[in-house]
Amino acid sequence: MSADRPDTRTLELRDVTVRYGEVLGLDGASVAIRPGRVCGLVGMNGSGKSTLFKTVMGLVVPDSGTVAVMGLPPGIARKRGIVGYVPQSEEIDAQFPVSVADVVMMGRYGRMGFTRRPRASDRAAVVDALERVELTEFADRQIGQLSGGQRKRAFVARGIAQGADVLLLDEPFAGVDKRSEATISRLLRELAADGKTVVVSTHDLRALPALCDEAILLLRRVLAHGDPRDVLRPEQLARAFGLDVLAEGD
Amino acid sequence: MAELDGVLGLLLEPLQFDFMVRALVATLAAAVVCALLSCWLVLIGWSLMGDAVSHAVLPGVVLAYIVGVPFAVGALVFGFLAVALIGVVRDTSRVKEDAAIGIVFTTLFALGLVLISVTPSQTDLSHIIFGNVLGIGTSDLVQILVLGAIAAGLLIVKRRDLTLFAFDPTHAHAIGLSPRLLGALLLGVLALTAVVALQTVGVILVVAMLIIPGATAYLLTDRLPRMLVIAPSIAAFSAVAGIYSSYFLDTAPGGMVVLSQGAVFAIVFLVSPRHGVLVAVLRRRWRRRRPIRRRPAAP
Repeated sequence: MSADRPDTRTLELRDVTVRYGEVLGLDGASVAIRPGRVCGLVGMNGSGKSTLFKTVMGLVVPDSGTVAVMGLPPGIARKRGIVGYVPQSEEIDAQFPVSVADVVMMGRYGRMGFTRRPRASDRAAVVDALERVELTEFADRQIGQLSGGQRKRAFVARGIAQGADVLLLDEPFAGVDKRSEATISRLLRELAADGKTVVVSTHDLRALPALCDEAILLLRRVLAHGDPRDVLRPEQLARAFGLDVLAEGD
Repeated sequence: MAELDGVLGLLLEPLQFDFMVRALVATLAAAVVCALLSCWLVLIGWSLMGDAVSHAVLPGVVLAYIVGVPFAVGALVFGFLAVALIGVVRDTSRVKEDAAIGIVFTTLFALGLVLISVTPSQTDLSHIIFGNVLGIGTSDLVQILVLGAIAAGLLIVKRRDLTLFAFDPTHAHAIGLSPRLLGALLLGVLALTAVVALQTVGVILVVAMLIIPGATAYLLTDRLPRMLVIAPSIAAFSAVAGIYSSYFLDTAPGGMVVLSQGAVFAIVFLVSPRHGVLVAVLRRRWRRRRPIRRRPAAP
């Protein structure tokens, strides 16, 4: 059995099936994602991108198959703060009365005591993370006062402060201007270079080869996994999206 | 000096009656606890849930009275029962959430009314519906203060977790916390708070105390820790203003307290420096009058 033990360095799904009642979220999805690279997760709506993220976070328990995060079951991985999550813009109430520093501090809660009173080390981690994403001067702003791209970086900073080894980003470029997109891309590459596993789900196929070292094409199961230029070949995309994508030219 | 004495005399006059002192203390306690809780309720969008739970505890309170256990026990049981039933109706039928909430809490509230009508009692249970703040006895006051302290204590100790739960439950889950547990904590405190408040303003007006202070504070600040100071302050001010005005105007105290909160909200709604509607209009006018300062962007 030892040969079959999950690798402690990868994010691995083996034959994962998730059903929501009659609907299949994932259907026998298998993939191993290595650290140190930015991985793009591509597929149309309902292809299982969100479900895949949810199984990694332990929000959804697969009906069959196994998920291993750095060799650990998702339930244990999340208790250890291994998985960081950058939500889609619509999931977040931009009017919510918290500051940028408050949001980044939330990354530390898993390490704090019962009342989540921050210690000096927590404050230092927040300062470092904000510096890393170049938002230091915005620390005291309410999050709604940031641009879409800056807000994304604040949530990436939360993952950094958390010390997450795996960073999941759900549509990070939706509603983000081109310059912020470049900043976020550079940041993600740096994080990958530090040995993190960075997984980006996206519709934006054009940005993919520039951003990602590898891509996964998903249609409830993994259709292709590898170099973005191979994965995004027209005949592959036709399988994942249907032919209308080719007709539209994007 | 004489004038000052006059004002002071007026302020002290109601306090020579023990029942007025008890009314004031009880209302202050209830208002402050409700105000703390209201900050999270308005941010999560659980105002309707606050409405539902505060009504649904009524049969629990009546049954607790009949059986002879503390009101809080009955309220907690029925508070959670209401939430569970709402979940069942919403998730297992095509009925949407707002309708599910409406069905469950009105039915439970009606059950409470029926139970009251068949329960012979010395203390009039119907006071629970409209409140009877002037009739609060010492033992009632002790219960209000103890439950209020527990509810406020829980909210303050777990305030950071509750804020995270309100802001981003997915992240809470991702770092190993339990959003489900935090939601249950908030609902449990809501049921406790309903018991605290229903003896002062009554079941029907509890909702106001569970929404207005938080909503008012939200219009005044962009920081939750500040909301947690502003909302109870507004609620305490309104409690005192309401009780005093009801004394001098000889009107219903519960109603006056809520009217005071509503009046404060109305003022803030219009003139809040950040989010006031009137302020926004004036600011727009002011900008329009000074077009020279707003130079067009470079081509």
